[in-house]
Amino acid sequence: MIKLTHVSHVFAGRQGEVHALDDITLEVRRNELVTLVGRSGCGKSTMLRMVAGLLRPSSGTVTVAGELVGKPRQDVSFMFQRAALLPWRTVLDNVLLPVEILRLDRAAKRRRAHELLELVGLAGFEKRLPHELSGGMQQRASLCRSLIQDPLVLLMDEPFSALDALTREELSIELQRIRMEQEMTIVFVTHSIEEAVLLADRVAVLSPRPGRLRKIIDVDIPRPRTLGRNAYADRVAEVSAELHELLMPAPMASEGAG
Amino acid sequence: MTAVPRTRRIGSRATRRLVDWGLPVIALVALVALWWLATIVFSIEKFLVPAPDDVIEAFVGQSGFLLEQTWVTLLETVQGFAVAVVVGISTAMSIASSRLLEKMIYPLLLAVNAVPKIAIAPILVVWLGFGQFPKIVMVFLLCFFPIVISTATGLKSTPAELTELVRSYDASRLQVFFKVRFPYALPQVMVGLKTAISLAVIGAVIAEFVGADAGLGFVIVQSGASADTPLAFAAMALLGVISIVLFYGLNALEKVILPWAEENR
Ligand SMILES: Nc1ncnc2c1ncn2[C@@H]1O[C@H](COP(=O)(O)OP(=O)(O)OP(=O)(O)O)[C@@H](O)[C@H]1O
Ligand SMILES: [Mg+2]
Repeated sequence: MIKLTHVSHVFAGRQGEVHALDDITLEVRRNELVTLVGRSGCGKSTMLRMVAGLLRPSSGTVTVAGELVGKPRQDVSFMFQRAALLPWRTVLDNVLLPVEILRLDRAAKRRRAHELLELVGLAGFEKRLPHELSGGMQQRASLCRSLIQDPLVLLMDEPFSALDALTREELSIELQRIRMEQEMTIVFVTHSIEEAVLLADRVAVLSPRPGRLRKIIDVDIPRPRTLGRNAYADRVAEVSAELHELLMPAPMASEGAG
Repeated sequence: MTAVPRTRRIGSRATRRLVDWGLPVIALVALVALWWLATIVFSIEKFLVPAPDDVIEAFVGQSGFLLEQTWVTLLETVQGFAVAVVVGISTAMSIASSRLLEKMIYPLLLAVNAVPKIAIAPILVVWLGFGQFPKIVMVFLLCFFPIVISTATGLKSTPAELTELVRSYDASRLQVFFKVRFPYALPQVMVGLKTAISLAVIGAVIAEFVGADAGLGFVIVQSGASADTPLAFAAMALLGVISIVLFYGLNALEKVILPWAEENR
């Protein structure tokens, strides 16, 4: 579904060049959820922005559904760390923003918006303004907005990281539920090892400066997954430990991609 | 952007309203009382500082005339302000939309603004005569700058995440402008309008001082010449009323059209 081939990116920063990504080759299969982990500044957001068509790689190619990505596509949607709701629009109108800009069928999408809001537990809050919602509710509204265009690909850049731990877990579980109802390919950036293991089919670990793909770990744990005590606690612990070792600075980290 | 608890709001709606209106009234009454007292205690001459009752007498005695002059000044003020809003916001839009235009226009604006407007007033009379037009121009000149500056600031303060969001829908420049940048700038535009409206009245009076045959500024100059200080005071009080009414009018408008703004900044 998503294919990055020998993708590198160099930013012309104010203090010289920044090699944000170096020779990344990664394929995300249809309906797969890949979480992207790595230390701050290793190029995770940069990678997502390329898939979203917001940034062109310095070299290499990015394709979505077999087509070269040149500009933002309607079937790819982006969810940010901050809810990024327009403060003057009601929750419902915020969810419908993409419908207006992309000129989709309003009546049908209106119904869909109500469905989605219901799905994430925001039924009854359609007419509220964003400042009347909690952070978790704002992020739920933002999730609905990114689903309204029925995307094939959902790119999520640390979408829950500004929330408290419990709300974050709740939303992770909701995301799993939504995935069961709707086919979607998801790339999910996170700093939380727990979250990475909870959600992922595969975890891609990036190493910083320059951003390289260090390792890809298969997470072969049955769904639905929760964080509490469960039958697969051992396997969860094992994968978590491996990720932890990969992410913590170790002497061998400077050797680059494994 | 995050939800802020409304802890600063005290009491019920009714109490709040009473506080909002009551406190300024109390302050006003106290000030007038003090003024009255001072004129009596120090037995100040009426032509130096008239007592409140002298002013009221002057107002009642010539109320028709005074209201007519108030209307003249109000009209000049509102017309000049309206033109400044239209021209100012358009100028700000062009500044915010193009670096090149910004670089070209901004220094020019600063230079023009640095010229003391009162120095232009006599020239305006020479150019445009004694009618209403030079007053409207003067009001415009005073209002224009604050409107441009705050509108441009507002248009340039769109948070990166919102721009990125609409870019991810491949929105056109027009869509970005009307769906995000302009509405986002509106609270800031209102700040400019409020600054401008207070200056607007001043602009009208300055222009009337220099050369006019009508308006409250003209009344003040005339009554000064004939030492009719109570009448001058009455005219000044009316100027104050105009300012306050216009300012609170804008405030009310803001509450109606930008209910989200109050909670967000
Ligand atoms: N517009 C830009 N101009 C110059 N350098 C940039 C720009 N955007 C990102 N960078 C640099 O590229 C590198 C990767 O940035 P990126 O935002 O992709 O990291 P990240 O992995 O998302 O980090 P975080 O986990 O903190 O969000 C960083 O070193 C950053 O400083
Ligand atoms: Mg990032």
